Amino acid sequence: MPNERRTLSTRDRVLGIVAVVIGFGIIAVAGLASEGDQLATFFDEKIGTLFALPPRQSLYVLGALCVFVGGWQLYRGFRSTGALLAAAGFLVVASFLIWITKGQSLNLPGLLKTTLTSATPLTLGALSGVFCERAGVVNIAIEGMMLFGAFAAIAVTSATGSQWTGMLAAILTGGLMAALHAILSINARVVQIISGTVINILAAGATRYLNIRLLEPAGLSTPGSIELLRIPLLADIPIIGKLFENTPAVFMMLALVPIVSFILFRTPWGLRTRSVGEHPRAADTVGVNVFRMRYINVIIGGFIAGLGGSYFSLSLGSFEDNMTHGQGFIALAAMIFGNWTPVGSFLAALVFGFADAIQGKMQAFKIALPPEFLQMAPYILTMIIMGGVIGRVIPPAADGQPYVKE
Amino acid sequence: MSETEITSTGAEGTSAAKPDRPTFLEANRRWLSGACLGLLAAAVLAVVVIVFSKTGVKVVLPLLGGLVMLLLALITVRSGSLEWLRGAVIPVLAVVTALIIGAFMIIFTDREVLAALGDFFQDPGTAIQLAWNAVKTAYVSLFEGAVGSPAKISAGLETWIMEGEVKAFRSAMRPISESLTKSIPYILSGLAVALGFRAGLFNIGAEGQFVIGGLCAVVVGYSVKGLPTIIHLPLSIAAGALGGGIWGGIVGLLKAWTGAHEVINTIMMNWMGFRLVEWLLREPLENVQGTHRTREILDTAKLPRFFPPPIRLHGGLIIAVLAAIFVWWFLWKTTWGFEMRTVGANPDAARYGGMSIGRNIALAMFLSGALAGLSGVSESLGLTHNMSLGFQAGYGFDSIALALLGGSHPVGVVLASLLFGMLRAGGTRMMSIARVPLEITTIVQSMVIVFIAAPAIVRSLYRLRARREELVPTTTTRGWGS
Repeated sequence: MPNERRTLSTRDRVLGIVAVVIGFGIIAVAGLASEGDQLATFFDEKIGTLFALPPRQSLYVLGALCVFVGGWQLYRGFRSTGALLAAAGFLVVASFLIWITKGQSLNLPGLLKTTLTSATPLTLGALSGVFCERAGVVNIAIEGMMLFGAFAAIAVTSATGSQWTGMLAAILTGGLMAALHAILSINARVVQIISGTVINILAAGATRYLNIRLLEPAGLSTPGSIELLRIPLLADIPIIGKLFENTPAVFMMLALVPIVSFILFRTPWGLRTRSVGEHPRAADTVGVNVFRMRYINVIIGGFIAGLGGSYFSLSLGSFEDNMTHGQGFIALAAMIFGNWTPVGSFLAALVFGFADAIQGKMQAFKIALPPEFLQMAPYILTMIIMGGVIGRVIPPAADGQPYVKE
Repeated sequence: MSETEITSTGAEGTSAAKPDRPTFLEANRRWLSGACLGLLAAAVLAVVVIVFSKTGVKVVLPLLGGLVMLLLALITVRSGSLEWLRGAVIPVLAVVTALIIGAFMIIFTDREVLAALGDFFQDPGTAIQLAWNAVKTAYVSLFEGAVGSPAKISAGLETWIMEGEVKAFRSAMRPISESLTKSIPYILSGLAVALGFRAGLFNIGAEGQFVIGGLCAVVVGYSVKGLPTIIHLPLSIAAGALGGGIWGGIVGLLKAWTGAHEVINTIMMNWMGFRLVEWLLREPLENVQGTHRTREILDTAKLPRFFPPPIRLHGGLIIAVLAAIFVWWFLWKTTWGFEMRTVGANPDAARYGGMSIGRNIALAMFLSGALAGLSGVSESLGLTHNMSLGFQAGYGFDSIALALLGGSHPVGVVLASLLFGMLRAGGTRMMSIARVPLEITTIVQSMVIVFIAAPAIVRSLYRLRARREELVPTTTTRGWGS
């Protein structure tokens, strides 16, 4: 029968109650908002004002909607936790945006563009993690591979004058570091978390060392700004056109997500990879070369991580010590958040990128909330999801275990 | 079986194939140890005589060296063989090999050497000469920064004994004291990570717990007024330990309740800790606007220094040594510690034996966090006396290497910390004299970890035969889903 009431688990009920509470919270915030109904204006650079909303009324509406969403969850239950999260999440984000834009104007397309660019290295790092971990090798070293990639990109770009060779160098360097990780974890059977940590420590030390010793004296550390790529027709679309005028890495990332997803889930090669990560012994008995699959996947992961690293230094135009600043770990979090899938990682990276973009705006708007709290948001979100509160994330079964051929 | 296990066994000693004839050491143990003790007593007597008669002072330093050798000989004799050295072979070789790799890095990143290499075939002598000079300058200054120059120490001793003027000796001993001072936070955070390893946990969060612990201690140190040192100092120390313990304990509880893997959670807590401290230093706790630094702690909360400047050795050393003793006692002499080690070595057996896995994990993370917090306490109450943005210095991440190098045992951790402290102290001097960036020590440290974690590399390099159970850290290899 349609509209059958789904049996609700405790977790579903808790989520529903939380949504209701958040909804009332939004209404309460609306009530506390200042009386002067300064409008929240959202504009676009080319068009001008897109729309302006009165904060208090908007928040009442959104809060009420959120309460409704929570009530629906308690009464009927959403088809999937993801749908509930998306609905409630959208309402919360919209309310938040309106609230902070009170009396000021927010460049909405600009915000979207910053979200996408912030999400780029995270997605690339997460894709790298997906390759490695789906094959059964835990990769904590995304941060280190990205840092090496950033360094190589700048060094080679300065030396050759072409950012494309720089990117290529970054990709290869990432692969080299991944090869080291692979040798240590697969051949020498070192605990993979330790070999990953070693690469991170080595990356931080070696890049700084080489920077001081070789790059700076030779004047190679600042090649200057990077040209943006502009896709002709798409870039002229009014609001979202800005998204198509970006550093090349962004477009590569956007292309890689569906490609990787296709490779992993719709090709025999991807099937073999996943089998090696879930049950290597079974794969071995069927004839899959476990070691070779793991090596290749880890190195591919390294290539992607190197590309992600190149984004940092090439978009800034120079190399700074510890440039990646923990983004490699957020990428890891995005991968877990996205349940070890490319598309999921991309969406998670967008969420994290949004938090990053917003906190920049908040600083500009001089909001009372300290930016550091919003910077903490990705970490808190990851811890929450690791705890299985929102949803269960399932890693590949043989992730982290060295394979011993018998 | 879904878990592979690497257990740590110490120097197991010789296997069942013992020769029937007793070895030379075993047969003559009694008189050999008597001889050693006698020589030891003679050496000590000689030193005393020299000090009081003020003659032949140049012999003191060599005599002290001989004393150390006699002690080592005594240990060998009493334990009956050279087996105790066996466990040190791989770590020592690992360090040596890492230093050699570091030397190559120094050579091939030296601009003069690189230029000379261009003309290698016309003039090989210059290139080799320059390379050798580069390495020599770097490593000599490293040694001098870590240990000091024996000549200066000897001269300082002489001045002290002959004229009673101790200042020269004190400044000659500064490098060794710096190494000791720098090893204090390493000991504490190394113990933290080692304890975690023993319980089967990866505490990557030592860095965050370090900062939080230091912050808590500093806050108590400057805000609680009017207390005497004997109350204020322990209070601040306890506050720091508690702060670090909570920071780690949260992760432990999450793992116990939800099974969330501690590697990710500790990394997340690290970055949350950094952001939190960044915010606190920017607004509420900032002393002077724009400096991102807190007020200085009151004198009653400062860890005492043992010697006058320039020696910076402070009371944190006592905390570190006590902590090492505590960890040893806790893990190997109490039931609680036994439970924790069992949970780490074989969770299934532990569960079968009725031990509560969750409780042990939570407790282990709390203790680990508290130790890392104490590491921060020692730095903040002993050296910096306040909290600032530059406080975080990588001790937490290095301590992972430390725990590995030390085989997750307090004694090993202390020795490894001394080594790392020496590398850090020496590295600073190497940077100023040989102009080699400090990070070369980081590179050396990473190489050390690689060689320790994969002893097969060292063994094949030096053609060593593997013993049946080689010394390897106690960790359980698991993936994300526990």
